[in-house]
Amino acid sequence: MMNMSLFQRISIWLTVAVGILLASPNFFYTTVENHNDAVAFAETGVSPNAAVAEMTPEELAANAAGWPGFMPSSLVNLGLDLRGGAHLLAEVNVEDVYSDRMDGYWLEVREALRGERDTVGTIRRQNAPDGQLRVKISNPAGMERALQLVRGVASPVVSLTGVGSNDIQASGAGDIITIELTDAEKLATNDRTMQQSLEIIRRRVDEVGTREPTIQRQGERRVLIQVPGIGSAQQLKDLIGTTAKLTFHPVVGPAGPNDTPGPRTVIYPSIDPQDAGTFYELEQSPVVTGEELADSQPAFDQNGQPSVTFRFNPGGARKFGIYTSENVGSPFAIVLDEQVISAPVIREAITGGSGQISGSFSVEESTNLAVLLRAGALPAEMTFLEERTIGPELGQDSIDAGKIACIVAFVLVLVFMFLSYGTFGLFANIALIINVGMIFGLLSLIGATLTLPGIAGIVLTIGMAVDANVLIFERIREELKTSKGPARAIELGYEKALSAILDANITTFITAVILFAMGSGPVRGFAITLGLGILTSVFTAIYVTRVIIIMWYDRKRPKTIEV
Amino acid sequence: MRLKLVPENTSFDFFSRAKMWLGISVFLILVGFASFMIQGLNYGIDFQGGTTIRTESSTPVDVAAYRAALEPAGLGDISITEVFDPTFPDDKHVAMVRIQAQEGAEAVEGSTVQTVEDALRAIDPDMIFPFPSVESVGPKVSGELIQTAAIAVVLAIAAVLFYIWLRFEWQFAVGAVAALVHDVVLTLGVFSELQIKFDLAIIAALLTIVGYSLNDTVVVFDRVRENLRKYKKKDLKDVLNISINETLSRTFMTSVTTLLALFALFILGGDVIRGFVFAMIWGVIVGTYSSIFVASAILLWLGVKRDWSKPDLTKTGNQFGNVDA
Repeated sequence: MMNMSLFQRISIWLTVAVGILLASPNFFYTTVENHNDAVAFAETGVSPNAAVAEMTPEELAANAAGWPGFMPSSLVNLGLDLRGGAHLLAEVNVEDVYSDRMDGYWLEVREALRGERDTVGTIRRQNAPDGQLRVKISNPAGMERALQLVRGVASPVVSLTGVGSNDIQASGAGDIITIELTDAEKLATNDRTMQQSLEIIRRRVDEVGTREPTIQRQGERRVLIQVPGIGSAQQLKDLIGTTAKLTFHPVVGPAGPNDTPGPRTVIYPSIDPQDAGTFYELEQSPVVTGEELADSQPAFDQNGQPSVTFRFNPGGARKFGIYTSENVGSPFAIVLDEQVISAPVIREAITGGSGQISGSFSVEESTNLAVLLRAGALPAEMTFLEERTIGPELGQDSIDAGKIACIVAFVLVLVFMFLSYGTFGLFANIALIINVGMIFGLLSLIGATLTLPGIAGIVLTIGMAVDANVLIFERIREELKTSKGPARAIELGYEKALSAILDANITTFITAVILFAMGSGPVRGFAITLGLGILTSVFTAIYVTRVIIIMWYDRKRPKTIEV
Repeated sequence: MRLKLVPENTSFDFFSRAKMWLGISVFLILVGFASFMIQGLNYGIDFQGGTTIRTESSTPVDVAAYRAALEPAGLGDISITEVFDPTFPDDKHVAMVRIQAQEGAEAVEGSTVQTVEDALRAIDPDMIFPFPSVESVGPKVSGELIQTAAIAVVLAIAAVLFYIWLRFEWQFAVGAVAALVHDVVLTLGVFSELQIKFDLAIIAALLTIVGYSLNDTVVVFDRVRENLRKYKKKDLKDVLNISINETLSRTFMTSVTTLLALFALFILGGDVIRGFVFAMIWGVIVGTYSSIFVASAILLWLGVKRDWSKPDLTKTGNQFGNVDA
């Protein structure tokens, strides 16, 4: 072992150099972060955050030049607990979509049965639990034919797992036909609902323009949303928690809160505080919906009150134009999530396809509403299961405390190792410094997130990383006792300590892997630093110290060594 | 001139008082278990649901006044604890307000936080708003979290048992796992006895203890395996004693460096992770103790196959060669 090939030595030092190079941006965190923002802005034209958007081109250029382009520029991501921000875990009520689907099927079913009125008689939709459609036929004798027709409406499920099954199932009992989504179709629908929800949430969060939000699906029906730099989880909830379904309905007339809606009408309350307690009876089918909006911006109306302007796409504009020109003089309602924002009287035909919503908004509310309308409505409601807000100051305090603790821990261990093993302790110390550098290099390389427990993991690694070297050095001491030459003792020390080092580290690594697989958030951050720390510490303790010792030995050729 | 924690050549008999040590361990485990059964763990919101709010103000915390202000809001069970930390400047006073999960609410209520904010603003105008941190977990998630955490700990122990069984023999695996369970139970016991907040991070600490304790045990066992080949005629007890004595210096070195690092973190790392670091410090201490007095003692008690005459099998990587003879 005392002669290592040049190739081996070079590859070991090269690995170390790459590790340190990858870690280097983290020592100039703010500079590199500004550089990355400026470069991203120049490349994509989209500002990664609000601060960048306000910068002058000169400032941006200066920032971009602040860090040389040939150097690696990936940084360790700071977790929410270090950077501050909000974390939300939301559950999407995927069943919401089922009733909308049933409304759609009702039209098709009615169409299909209408042609055979002679056999099935008249048809009527019955009240049914959510996600079910019940149709009553006046001629129960025609049930068989009716079911046959209804089943003809079904179409195959479009999904990988649902191949071969239909989207709805129909059953008849007495004079009632019950229609439900099949399980395969429910799964496929849920999947689509989740995809849509994720997309809409992403659009809404992007509109606010914060840095690197995390929006992830978790399990069947949950979404994890993490937004660094946002003031509170409540703010985030205001942004993503509303469905934001905008519809325009013809007004039938004023109503009382306890009135029962007539056929095909609904009764919605007004949210305008000046109109508190007012209810409107509206036609159930909207004239146009928010899906046909092309743009929406916050603005001020002619009275100087905050308002929201909107512009329809061509299809929406046409429908809106036709309706308003036919109904000049009658009121119509602007409805957001089943609440009437306002119910103005149409003064003239609106053919331009754009308009303005005035209500009693604050500036913030109008800005928010414009964002929501631009991003589109959520397909289903969400409930929030978990929320965490960490203020930026607390995060900074944690970083500062963590830094100091790391440095002190580092110095203590370095001094202790030197006192215990002298020159060899010094070698181990060099390896330890390289080790910490390499942990940061790897963290940056894989884009891992550093959390507060993650810092604890690094400190723990500092303590435990020397273990491999301690094992080797103790072994060398023992071998020296049996009066072998120094070279032989060093060689045997490395050789015999190896199995203990491997066993000990593999077992710890197993726990790190399990922690990573089962844990979430900060705990996962801990598992990552612990696991990477084990990899780098085994490398530095076995290879790096060995190269150093060989180089030292070749130069000094000591007759005796003291470990 | 060298710093030596352990003298050069030691020959302690670690099993002369084996019964006493085992007795102490069993006693401590019983105490821990009893405490766990009687008063239980002080679960954080991760496992129980509810909301914790961290407050910060330049005027000192008056727990009674906070309580009086919050009581009328009817938020149910409220606990208020002041947080002390040597790293805080004189004009920084921090408290944690913990509110139970609101009845019947699966979702987290934003209005709760607002209520607390209004109540506290009235009694302490110096308080910093928005709060430095607000964390809220619904009962549904917390139930799942505790389940996942328990599974993680059990899975870790099982995986490790399997690995050691592959690399050594089943007696070693049993000894190592007994030591692990000992460490985990004692840690739970301490958390229950001192009523330190038990949250997700502590689970991470528990698993680290599992890893560390094992690390220690495996090093001793590795030496035992080697010495069993070397001293074929010696008593198992003597071989174990020799092995522990030979690795004693290393055991202490590693524990001390790890503890140095952990104590630095404990004192300077801030109050947010203090519980976490405490668990690890405790784990390192009991982990070191248990690898000698529990793992090895059990190995001695179970006995072990002495014929390790084909050492080459393990060296060439065929670990299965010696298993279950």
